[in-house]
Amino acid sequence: MFSYTFHWNQAFRALPQMLDGALVTLEIALLSMAIGLALAIALTLFRLSGNRALSGIATAWVEVARNTPALFQIYMAHFGLGNFGIHLSPFTALLAGIAFNNAGYLAENFRGALKAIPDTQTRAGRSLGMSSLQAFRYIVLPQMLRIAFLPATNQMVWAILMTSLGVTVSMNSDLAGVTQELNARSFRTFEFFALAAVIYYVIAKVVTLAARLLAARMFRY
Amino acid sequence: MFSTALTWSDLAFLAQGAGMTLAVTAVSVAAGTVLGILFGIIRFQFGPYWSAPLTFALDIFRSVPLLIQLVLGNALQSIAKMGWPPFTTSCVVLSLYTAAYCTEIVRGGIDSVPVNTRRAARSLGMSWWQDMRYIVAPLAIRVSLPSWIGLTLGVMKDSALVLWLGLIELLRASQILVTRLQEPLFILLLCGAIYFVISLPIARFGRYLEERWSPND
Repeated sequence: MFSYTFHWNQAFRALPQMLDGALVTLEIALLSMAIGLALAIALTLFRLSGNRALSGIATAWVEVARNTPALFQIYMAHFGLGNFGIHLSPFTALLAGIAFNNAGYLAENFRGALKAIPDTQTRAGRSLGMSSLQAFRYIVLPQMLRIAFLPATNQMVWAILMTSLGVTVSMNSDLAGVTQELNARSFRTFEFFALAAVIYYVIAKVVTLAARLLAARMFRY
Repeated sequence: MFSTALTWSDLAFLAQGAGMTLAVTAVSVAAGTVLGILFGIIRFQFGPYWSAPLTFALDIFRSVPLLIQLVLGNALQSIAKMGWPPFTTSCVVLSLYTAAYCTEIVRGGIDSVPVNTRRAARSLGMSWWQDMRYIVAPLAIRVSLPSWIGLTLGVMKDSALVLWLGLIELLRASQILVTRLQEPLFILLLCGAIYFVISLPIARFGRYLEERWSPND
């Protein structure tokens, strides 16, 4: 059945290069998560503001981010913005696409988390003389982040997996891009991509574990 | 500003791409759900200890990017000289990917059925199969259907990645048009609108079911 000879040596020799790529992958994922988190908090504030235009923007953002493929969003950043004369590099386009996606999903997580926080708490804060922004910052936000932490770690793993889409917009410095370049040079597709899969798996597991430890450390009473 | 070189045959091309997206999604979700139900029951019946190998294997599909899975699947089928066309390879990989998520949904659904209800069924003389069919299935489906709909939508969006294997689905079709007509924004917006039109009604329906069937209120 298998008349194919595996050449794992070639793949293992390229391991340092691939690990460098893994660092870029992690960097994009972390950056996109940070930007996404900030945007998601802004979107949540928009939704809470009661202003029709602002909450409309937030709803549209969330619906588009959740109902179109992540790859489409990256294409939009890479090719679509070219219409306006904005030409993003693959790195920026990938980052923008994933951050857009993250923001939508995280905002939806926050919406779920907000439901669990009684409205009376905000009112209590307001009656203690806090401004509405202070009440949000000191009463709602900490609880919201705590409830949404676990879904957010899932989103982080998603962000890591999504970075592999960069290869479709000719990104060549992240793990998938480096692997694809090595593959194009040697045609040892299975070996290189199997190694990349193992690296992705390890990164995903390490991030999940780290998030659990972090949650246990941060959220103890 | 609003003139475009897009012709009706280009629109038909896009529609064909959308048809391919729907076909890949339908096949993968159908096969993935059957596998997922099977694996979910196995995971529940065997307990966490004995089903650990299955859990680990399915976890791989959820922790490795789908793009890499597709490339690996394609490489594997050509190494094994299966001679599968890209459509088959894509459907096989996407089915396994769907099954990995569906297993969790099914297991969660079965888990949510109170043990006492099942014991009552068994002590009324129902067989294991009858218990599954008449007691567990109706209750578990109620719990799992909203997340299953979410999974279906997710698979439809993820099916865009099969373009890497050369299948011309919706996103690839619009990319081809972009290359030819040089109107990236308009065509991509059209493509996004088609995705949106396909998935929004289903998403709304899922949310409706979730609110309607929410077990706590």
